[in-house]
Amino acid sequence: MFKWLHPLAKPETLYHFCRLCYPWLMAAALLLLALGNIWGLAFTPPDYQQGDSYRIIHLHVPSAIMSMGTYSAMAIAAFTALVWQVKTAQWAALALAPIGAVYTAIALLTGMAWGKPMWGTWWVWDARLTSELILLFLYLGVIALSGAFSDRQTGAKAASLLAVVGVINLPIIHFSVEWWNTLHQGASITKFARPSIDASMLWPLLISILAFKVLMLALLCLRLRTAILVNEQHRPWVKALAGER
Amino acid sequence: MVTLGCFIKRELRLLARQKADWLNPVLFFVIVLTLFPLGVGPEPNLLRLMAPGVVWIAALLSVLLAAERLFKDDYRNGVIEQLVAARQPLLSFVLAKLITNWLSTGLPLVLLSPLVALLLNVDSAAFAALALTLLLGTPLLSLLSVLGAALTVSADKGGILLALLILPLYIPLLIFASAAVEAASMAMPYQGQLAIMLAMLLFALALVPMAVQSALKLNVS
Repeated sequence: MFKWLHPLAKPETLYHFCRLCYPWLMAAALLLLALGNIWGLAFTPPDYQQGDSYRIIHLHVPSAIMSMGTYSAMAIAAFTALVWQVKTAQWAALALAPIGAVYTAIALLTGMAWGKPMWGTWWVWDARLTSELILLFLYLGVIALSGAFSDRQTGAKAASLLAVVGVINLPIIHFSVEWWNTLHQGASITKFARPSIDASMLWPLLISILAFKVLMLALLCLRLRTAILVNEQHRPWVKALAGER
Repeated sequence: MVTLGCFIKRELRLLARQKADWLNPVLFFVIVLTLFPLGVGPEPNLLRLMAPGVVWIAALLSVLLAAERLFKDDYRNGVIEQLVAARQPLLSFVLAKLITNWLSTGLPLVLLSPLVALLLNVDSAAFAALALTLLLGTPLLSLLSVLGAALTVSADKGGILLALLILPLYIPLLIFASAAVEAASMAMPYQGQLAIMLAMLLFALALVPMAVQSALKLNVS
């Protein structure tokens, strides 16, 4: 594993690796998104209680899962950057922050749109909603902190440290529906038992989740490439790359 | 231990000479609390209902106000740089900052809590809970604000950034502290909330000083 990963710590290798992966990942993400959403929105049976409005689940649940997944990926990258001083891991952490922030915003907005017909209100101060909102603030904090220093390197390190500290919020979000008795329903897929959702609805949902995950990886490749070019702009290989085009 | 004592003595001397540093946040706390009854009306029952949340929000804001200046002077006149350059372990410096920060901003809030209870018409059962949550919670506030201050010490626009960084981390504390006071005012047991606050405090006490150390180091390198 380390033998395979180690060359990728070198910016030039990582740049070419990302360039190679990006088109495949993006194509797969678009395909899966189309498949999952068209199947979920048009061809699944309506819910016996919620009718057709439950279909927003195909946007809400994947973005909510990936808002936390992206945060853990960012925190792992940040931790790697802090402990083993891997520069590329630091750039990856910063590249992930805006992606995660947008996923969190999508989860919150689709949740509000779902809450209005079902609970009769756009927003309640419920444990899960509040902790997801805190997650958005944490993402914004990481982004703001990385841009607040005149020295880019210091900003990146400080933001990595904050990302690691903010991990404390992840278990709070995940278990908020179990610890507090809330309006938001409990987990129906991510639990150690049979999922409490019918198979005809589950499959398109799983495809959507996978699609959001692959989309995150594709966007990460794109943003990481840009970050590598910006940070290594004085290196000969970047100059050669810019010269050849 | 000697160096820790020296650092604490130094911090206390600095605080004694710059009284505005710790007096302003305390005054701010009292002023915010007097503004609330003026803003929402002096209805005693309403005040009693709102008291836990209002007191805790005022405490968060006043600690935040004190946090901004925590490392600024030491950074500007090069103390932190010299400590890092001299390969001194920063831990005693950080611990001294923590202890004196709590003594100068957290402890006054605990001592003021009887006055606050009087102002906001809090009954005696809820007052005990309020004082206990402040006693357990303000050290945690100090820990987090020291961390935020250390992260942003060389940032260009520290103030608003600091608020964005540490207010999200304060939220779990705010929830449990006001839940404890609320439970106490309804004569229900609140040891559970206090235990969780104590757990959060001990957890932060174990990890935050390390994070502060590395934050200070990366700001001067």
